[in-house]
Amino acid sequence: MLCNICNKNQATVHLTEIVDNQMTELHLCDDCAKKKSIQMEQQFGLSDLLAGLVDYSKQLGGSEKMAAGTQCPFCGLTYEDFRKIGRLGCSECYTAFGRYLGPLLKRIHGASQHVGKTPLSLPQEGLKSSARSVRGSSVTELKTRLQEAVDHEEFEEAARLRDAIKEAEKKKKETKKENGSE
Amino acid sequence: MDLNDLINQVSSWLKGTGPHSDIVISSRIRLARNLEKTPFPHWAKKNDAEQVLVSTKAAFERTAELKSAVFLHLEELDNIDKQFLVERHLMSNEHAVRSNQKALCVTSREDVAVMVNEEDHLRIQVMESGFDLDKTWDVINSIDDQLSGFLPYAFSREWGYLTACPTNTGTGMRGSVMLHLPALVMSRQINKVLEAIAKLSFTTRGLYGEGTQASGNFFQISNQVSLGLREEEILGNIKGVIGQIIEQEQKAREVLLAEHREMLEDRIWRSYGTLKNAHIISSSETVELLSMLRLGNDLGLIENMERGLINELFILTQPAHLQKLEGKKLSANERDVKRAQIIRERLKV
Repeated sequence: MLCNICNKNQATVHLTEIVDNQMTELHLCDDCAKKKSIQMEQQFGLSDLLAGLVDYSKQLGGSEKMAAGTQCPFCGLTYEDFRKIGRLGCSECYTAFGRYLGPLLKRIHGASQHVGKTPLSLPQEGLKSSARSVRGSSVTELKTRLQEAVDHEEFEEAARLRDAIKEAEKKKKETKKENGSE
Repeated sequence: MDLNDLINQVSSWLKGTGPHSDIVISSRIRLARNLEKTPFPHWAKKNDAEQVLVSTKAAFERTAELKSAVFLHLEELDNIDKQFLVERHLMSNEHAVRSNQKALCVTSREDVAVMVNEEDHLRIQVMESGFDLDKTWDVINSIDDQLSGFLPYAFSREWGYLTACPTNTGTGMRGSVMLHLPALVMSRQINKVLEAIAKLSFTTRGLYGEGTQASGNFFQISNQVSLGLREEEILGNIKGVIGQIIEQEQKAREVLLAEHREMLEDRIWRSYGTLKNAHIISSSETVELLSMLRLGNDLGLIENMERGLINELFILTQPAHLQKLEGKKLSANERDVKRAQIIRERLKV
């Protein structure tokens, strides 16, 4: 079978495209397939999708102008850069763009609090460097976040926080009891 | 270990052993990790990226599982070698295309592979044959723990492991299972299954990884969400979903055998016949026919054949493998001839 684009070389790549529910099959040679894939990447990539989400989060997080101009003091990446390329520049960007990233992470993952593993040996410097990471899980802190979540109508997050508060209060009581009985 | 030794061995994850290996090819987990206060690879200056290569290499040398692994600087490899590593599922295509200041650390069993300076500073991958995410997790968790002692990971209490792309933030973990589902495809139930999976925020990819479409009845299913769940919970969810799919595939196979046995046997034996006799064969036809051969073997219709041999043929018949076997560059037409020759040789009883 000859390549559908150049009609010269043997087709080696077989592509099925679905556009508006119309399925088309393309049979391409190596060269044309490469060109086509670059073209497709340019047309629509993950960064476009992310940019869509980022735009949405900006509406939640503050004015567009403010967001776009924010710059990471460590690596120099601006929020506008992030919007374009869909990638952050370094670990410190998470602190610099914290207020916009929170809602974005929530949109992507449906949650915004890490509950998985922690590095075995956490360098103290790393902890201090990230202002966001100081946000602890004390009951007072959790309650503030619950209020924030309710204000933003993030009800799933609110329910999660509510459970976390219950859990934390229960633990507090248990510790008190244990201490009291000693 | 030398890169050229790999072609003469079967990767451990392709052995065709382990739980449910009649349906599950392999289990894979990858962790995305970055170094704090170091620009991510796409944003890094040459010096920063080179420093990452130095510090990660030193850390690998102190990590039990990686001590004797080979550390390959991708700039030093030619295109066929890089493609060869992609075809063996040891690294991504992206890693091969732009290879400045990039490296790959791979063990001789090929069960552990770490990409350095891909999208993130580290992409640690562990693969096992069959359906065994627990074992895979134990191995990768141990490697990650050791590395965290040698490298200052970018981590926040609130958001977990910080990654270049926010879609990986949190655990930085993606668990994937590669499934062979010919009966669900033949009985036209596969779309229903895939739709359900998508609703549960899992993604489906093809045999050859990111950006490839499912072909030859192979589907790679992985989690999408990486934040807000513990690693064990994420893996538990995958296990639950995959368990269901395995059951569905088993049922579909039973129905095919009971109600369409002759049609099924005909397709399987014709596929075997073509593979054993063809002198020119394309890669897409190969994948389709090998899929049927594998099904025939798994159902006990074709006897005295190692599952590992069929698995290996999927890898060996890809372009860079054929060119390495031949020892020179081959055109697409020449590859089709070489591919048919390799298959005939391997299937000779």
